[in-house]
Amino acid sequence: MDNLLSIVTFIPALAAVILAIFLRGEDEAAQRNAKWVALVATTVTFLVSIAIYTQFDPSDTGFQFVEEGEWLLGLKYKMGVDGISILFVLLTTFIMPLTILASWEVTHRVKEYMIAFLLLETLMLGVFMALDLVLFYLFFEGGLIPMFLIIGIWGGKDRIYASFKFFLYTFIGSVLMLVAIVAMYADAGTTDIPTLLSHEFPSESFSVLGLRIIGGMQTLLWLAFFASFAVKMPMWPFHTWLPDAHVQAPTAGSVVLAAILLKMGGYGFLRFSLPMFPVGSEVLGVLVLWLSAIAIVYTSLVALVQEDMKKLIAYSSVAHMGFVTMGIFTVTQQGVDGAIFQMLSHGFISSALFLIVGVVYDRMHTREIAAYGGLVNRMPVYAMVFMLFTMANVGLPGTSGFVGEFLTLVGIFQVNTWVAAVATSGVIFSAAYALWLYRRVVFGDLIKESLKSIRDMTARERLIFAPLIVMTLLLGVYPSLVTDIIAPSTEALVQQYDKALAAAEAASQIAAN
Amino acid sequence: MIQGDLTIILPEIVLAVYAMAALIGAVYTTRDGLAPALTWVTAGLMAALAVWTATGDGATRSAFGGMFVDDGFARFAKVAILLGGASVLVMSQDYMTRRGMLKFEYPVLVALATVGMMMMVSAGDLMALYMGLELQSLSLYVIAAFRRDSVRSTEAGLKYFVLGALSSGLLLYGASLVYGYAGTTSFAGIIQTAKEGEVSLGLLFGLVFLISGMTFKVSAVPFHMWTPDVYEGAPTPVTAFFATAPKFAAMGMLARVLFDAFGGIAGDWGQVIALLSLLSMFLGAVAGIGQRDIKRLMAYSSIAHMGYALMGLAAGTAFGVQAMLVYMAIYVAMNVGTFAFILMMEKDGQPVTDIRALNLYARREPGRAMAMLILLFSLAGVPPLLGFFGKFYVLRAAYEGGLAWLAIAGVLASVIGAFYYLRIVYYMYFGEEGQEIETSRSPVLWAFLMGSAAVMILGIVNMFGVEGAAGAAAMVLVN
Repeated sequence: MDNLLSIVTFIPALAAVILAIFLRGEDEAAQRNAKWVALVATTVTFLVSIAIYTQFDPSDTGFQFVEEGEWLLGLKYKMGVDGISILFVLLTTFIMPLTILASWEVTHRVKEYMIAFLLLETLMLGVFMALDLVLFYLFFEGGLIPMFLIIGIWGGKDRIYASFKFFLYTFIGSVLMLVAIVAMYADAGTTDIPTLLSHEFPSESFSVLGLRIIGGMQTLLWLAFFASFAVKMPMWPFHTWLPDAHVQAPTAGSVVLAAILLKMGGYGFLRFSLPMFPVGSEVLGVLVLWLSAIAIVYTSLVALVQEDMKKLIAYSSVAHMGFVTMGIFTVTQQGVDGAIFQMLSHGFISSALFLIVGVVYDRMHTREIAAYGGLVNRMPVYAMVFMLFTMANVGLPGTSGFVGEFLTLVGIFQVNTWVAAVATSGVIFSAAYALWLYRRVVFGDLIKESLKSIRDMTARERLIFAPLIVMTLLLGVYPSLVTDIIAPSTEALVQQYDKALAAAEAASQIAAN
Repeated sequence: MIQGDLTIILPEIVLAVYAMAALIGAVYTTRDGLAPALTWVTAGLMAALAVWTATGDGATRSAFGGMFVDDGFARFAKVAILLGGASVLVMSQDYMTRRGMLKFEYPVLVALATVGMMMMVSAGDLMALYMGLELQSLSLYVIAAFRRDSVRSTEAGLKYFVLGALSSGLLLYGASLVYGYAGTTSFAGIIQTAKEGEVSLGLLFGLVFLISGMTFKVSAVPFHMWTPDVYEGAPTPVTAFFATAPKFAAMGMLARVLFDAFGGIAGDWGQVIALLSLLSMFLGAVAGIGQRDIKRLMAYSSIAHMGYALMGLAAGTAFGVQAMLVYMAIYVAMNVGTFAFILMMEKDGQPVTDIRALNLYARREPGRAMAMLILLFSLAGVPPLLGFFGKFYVLRAAYEGGLAWLAIAGVLASVIGAFYYLRIVYYMYFGEEGQEIETSRSPVLWAFLMGSAAVMILGIVNMFGVEGAAGAAAMVLVN
């Protein structure tokens, strides 16, 4: 199959079109059909995507399964995966059936809900596979539309504010990237990503309005991409849209947001910022390291005082993403490996945590921590699952959370000990807020009247958690499942980065003499 | 000789003769009884002329001693103008008939305005340009005030007329200055005089006045003041017409004058156009935020869109012109669909234009709401819809033309502008229970809305060949 990637990408979109055209009515049968179509489509997508995994050759650091076609304006429709992107594709296809299952109780405009999620899956998959800059942008930005609708239509009380903030905040970051894309097109004459990866963008320093810009055009391009990815990640201090979006989004929306949409930022840094603008990364990398360290400590402290469970987990996401950006900009093999590992592991853990909140929210319709307490008495299975993911979130050895944090910290220690020290202290804070949340919600006596009749998890809910538990533990004890696939690509990335930097330095030396 | 000239200008003659014949025919027969049929026939004729123009050979010919130029650029613009005009005519018929507004003069005036627009984009001389412009403008003044018994409509017509006369005055003054300093009104003659480095101050003054007069017709800031009032006051089908064909024609005319007559001093007018572009983008984006009337909102939206199209022109390159043409073609396609939606909004048979009336529209009409959603995101320039590609073209043209600052300003303005498109989505999808509006069941409007939304999605595959045609048209104009 030559166009495996396109097939995987467009199965969900096809299902969405089928739903949009052929499904009529809002009665129970129609709702059930919509859910089943979505579930089958996402499951099929996952099964087909396994074929990508089995046929993938990890020792090849180039792009595989490449498809190419002519498009408008000299652009190309080009798709492909390498060691960095393949696991994100799998993460996406893995999470999506679970989110559909988690939405089984939705009764409000089910057809549109499923269409939005299916289109979102296509767009997210496209982001990780696109090998043309504009095609990438298309998928990257396109995801805003369904997510805006998901938050706005099926969200909570303040959904309007959250959806507008989400859209406009992300949009303003991305349009700057669009100008950078135009500039790169003008400079390199192509938007083909593999070609751009070996293209050297000019890095001679120049002055704009009396402001000297070290690293010249590369730094400016880096900043434009940073504007987009830092918002998407989100990095402190550009994270303020995330808690709002998370709190207001429906459970499945939060899961997708945390598990996949946030990863687009990290993927963008790895795919574009590091290899294409090495000089820019070198100039501003230290800034990112410190921003990450601040994010880890600051957002962990903010998480401590939250009264809303979802908001707490949202802040914990920002902190964990801090480890990711830190790992990426150490530009060491361990750091980058750790960052990718952390993103994947966070994909499983954070979605599980949002689902855990969803379980009690569906029963009690509140996310306030104070409204709970002593759940272990009535919900032993729930308490078990919650415990496992709390530990994984803290980064307990044996869970996938540990490996990512450890590798990124190893990476940063080689580069900047001060940042490493600050970031490591964040690990302790994360244990504090996670365990405290757990204690307040699960332990203690069951004294609240409203909780006396709460039921434990249903079979459907257990079914959703099972794969997440398996993955979290499996990656925790057998990390080479991931690192074997990504290592050749990340190694090549780091080597290429060092080489490009050395070359740029030599060039500026010659220019100076 | 004259026979050869007449063959070149035949499409215009056919349409003009048809308009006059229809006028006489209707006056001496049933008058308004014929109007619906006349509307369809006019639209059909315009569509046929569009096909004829599109399939003709690609040669460049000029007639009447260079007064009239028929080249690839003119033909591209004419096809867009004719198709845009025909679409709006077809969409108006049902709306106006049901409200007893459809008089036989309407299709005739639209046809005459279209002849004027075809003249404008084909002009090879300032005199010919002015003739075309006035024919178009006078017809538009009349149809803006078409609802004679409505204060808003007559006010709109009068405002448009007075301000339009002012802009014509500016244009004529500029033309006379240019004539005085260049010694000729023909573009071929002016371009000999207007060369980089040796251009006289008087000629520059003339150019600036010309640009002011012409950008009034494009409704670029600061010559935009008439737009919101006229859009709001005029009957909705007329507004739809204003937003499509005349905008394309004015932009085509501007490009023709700038490149055919002043192509040698692109550096001089480039700055002016860049500034107008910047102001239009920001004013259109900011002023649209507070609007409650969807027609006024579309007025500001069109001002912002003209800013983006001008960005392509400001680059002063062949690619810039191509970008402008692509942008305008996409803009017309989007606006036809959006106005089809607006024409459908009604309550108890009366048109409704308040955005708040759209509360939870998606629940009642999921199909139409979805189509409108696609159009709105496309207007906002959000990928993967076609509107994004228009933006991408002009941004690239601006960047490559050395206007990186304009490109950055443009994308920032597009974020501000996105807000008011999202607000309509908000009412349609997230709103609260409230007053309900009804939807006109006209199949024609439905077809245009759905077709336009489908174009926004399917167009991203290959743009239906518009890209290549626009590229060829731009090459003819700039070289």
